[in-house]
Amino acid sequence: MSPLVSIRDLRVAFGGVPVLRGVDIILQEGEAVGLVGESGSGKSVTWLAALGLLPRHAQVSGSVRLDGRELLGAPASELDQVRGGRIAMIFQDPASALNPVLTIRRQLCEALILHRNLSGEAAKAEARRLLDVVGIPDAGRRLEAYPHEFSGGQVQRIMIAMALAGNPDLLIADEPTTALDATIQAQILELLSAIRREMNIAMVLISHDLGVVAENCDRVAVMYAGRIVEQAPSNQLFADPVHPYAQGLIGALPPLDGPRRRLTAIPGTVPDPAQMPDGCAFAPRCAMVAEACSVSAPSLARIADDRAVACIRAEASRCALLGIAAE
Amino acid sequence: MGRYFAIRIGRAALTIVLVVTFAFVVLRLSGDPALMILGPEAPPEVLAAFRKAWGLDDPIWFQYLDYFHAIAKGELGRSMRDGRPAIELVLERIPATLALTLPAFVFKVALGVPAGIYAALHRGSAIDRAVMMTAVAGFTVPSFVLALILVLVFAVQLGWLPSGGQDSWRHAILPIATLSLGGAAVLARFTRSAMLEVLGQPYIRTASAKGVPWRKVVTSHALPNAAIPTVTILGFMVGTLIAGAVVVESVFAWPGVGRLLVVAVANRDLAVVQCILLLVAMTMVTSNLIVDFLYGFLDPRLRAKGAHA
Repeated sequence: MSPLVSIRDLRVAFGGVPVLRGVDIILQEGEAVGLVGESGSGKSVTWLAALGLLPRHAQVSGSVRLDGRELLGAPASELDQVRGGRIAMIFQDPASALNPVLTIRRQLCEALILHRNLSGEAAKAEARRLLDVVGIPDAGRRLEAYPHEFSGGQVQRIMIAMALAGNPDLLIADEPTTALDATIQAQILELLSAIRREMNIAMVLISHDLGVVAENCDRVAVMYAGRIVEQAPSNQLFADPVHPYAQGLIGALPPLDGPRRRLTAIPGTVPDPAQMPDGCAFAPRCAMVAEACSVSAPSLARIADDRAVACIRAEASRCALLGIAAE
Repeated sequence: MGRYFAIRIGRAALTIVLVVTFAFVVLRLSGDPALMILGPEAPPEVLAAFRKAWGLDDPIWFQYLDYFHAIAKGELGRSMRDGRPAIELVLERIPATLALTLPAFVFKVALGVPAGIYAALHRGSAIDRAVMMTAVAGFTVPSFVLALILVLVFAVQLGWLPSGGQDSWRHAILPIATLSLGGAAVLARFTRSAMLEVLGQPYIRTASAKGVPWRKVVTSHALPNAAIPTVTILGFMVGTLIAGAVVVESVFAWPGVGRLLVVAVANRDLAVVQCILLLVAMTMVTSNLIVDFLYGFLDPRLRAKGAHA
């Protein structure tokens, strides 16, 4: 099966400072992939770059293909068809993500006009239906309201409705619940996964919340300092993380059962993108650092059919996993 | 909504009263009109008769009440120089002033707003830097300096245009140019920063992310938001239509309200000065009110605040 989206060696630099240092991601149709990592690790930049939404001064290289068609460097008219029409995106802070001076109807219908060729009453009816789908009560009347008249959770629902307006194949949810209360978070995530199942949309869930990703995604990619350091099915990553950074992240989670234990923090801080170490970017913080770590940055190596890790111990891990399988 | 505007109208009325009071007090404390008009050599009994005739020997609070009483009846006093009603003197000067300030306003907007938008959309480009340098020069150079430079170049050196007076439309070109350049510079800078601020907002990225072509992102998402701060400065410019050309009118010997004001202040022609200041305060306040109405129209958040306040 040919992938829906394949990103190869995507690199982004701002003013010569690299922030994305070679990212590879393959997405299949209908799949839900989580992208986790600290802020600044390049989770959002990856997708903003893929859709050509970064500021002009960003230098982007590599390849982003949608159904085999290259998106990087594609003409604006072609990108405008992809954005919202094939790949939709929702953002972190819903309150500022909607235009404050335009009604919800105008903002929803805009996408319907662009991608579905609907207009007038048909567009309005569809907008009303979309608001119903995302659970905005009294949709018909609320269409004429402005963003500030809704709560944060409602605005995020409207953002989701807007994302669905173009019937996309892929929804990028960039920290969709970070700005919301815990109870609202759960509702929004539930809505997202319900929509994904019903409409068979692939989803990338960008989050720094491992729990959110574990619950909602089939597969997880862990990013560190502009690179993917480990990729695995969610359950395997949480049960048996291989990369020391992934181990550190999961070690920092409180266990749900068993005795209480002190949470372990990863020592040190993320290196400054302008002064990346020569070898593995995680080496200065790594408990298992070896001499080889500072020689060259390890590339993402396959350790099982559906797992890959960027660490000098990848080969050892592969053997260990095979060993587990052989037992 | 009603309360939003009721508060603003009340505040506007208060502003006018304060301006008028301030002008009244300062004018009366800063020199004796009798001496100014009749000259220092005038005999004391003539001076006394003049003061009595104009009520200047009454206590100031009495004059003040009297003044408001007259205003309430629609009388704005008479000029102490020729006895004509002050309002007449002022009104007959207004067309001359508007002949400068109205075209200048149009040019300011037509030059400044597009230049600011263009500079913001091409931030960091050579054109952006050129626009900004021109703008900084345009509003740091005082209007009388700019006026003199224009006179020097176009009247003295090239001899293309007259340096002063009001005999033909050609006489209006330099004063209008002086007024337009400074205002356009202010507007360009203001529009540019308003646009930059808006273009950095997340909703602009949202619009792009849903596939809206960039041109439409600018026209239907960015401009309506950037209009809100820009309207403020436009309102301020409308407010200066009547008396915003004092310096320029003086330099170019243009017989407008500004020149009348300068002469009337020099002569302590109280009624005329007060009449002009009242008029200026009223245009300022009216244009501010219009701006407030426009805010309510442009920004639904303000409308809502007014409705709930």
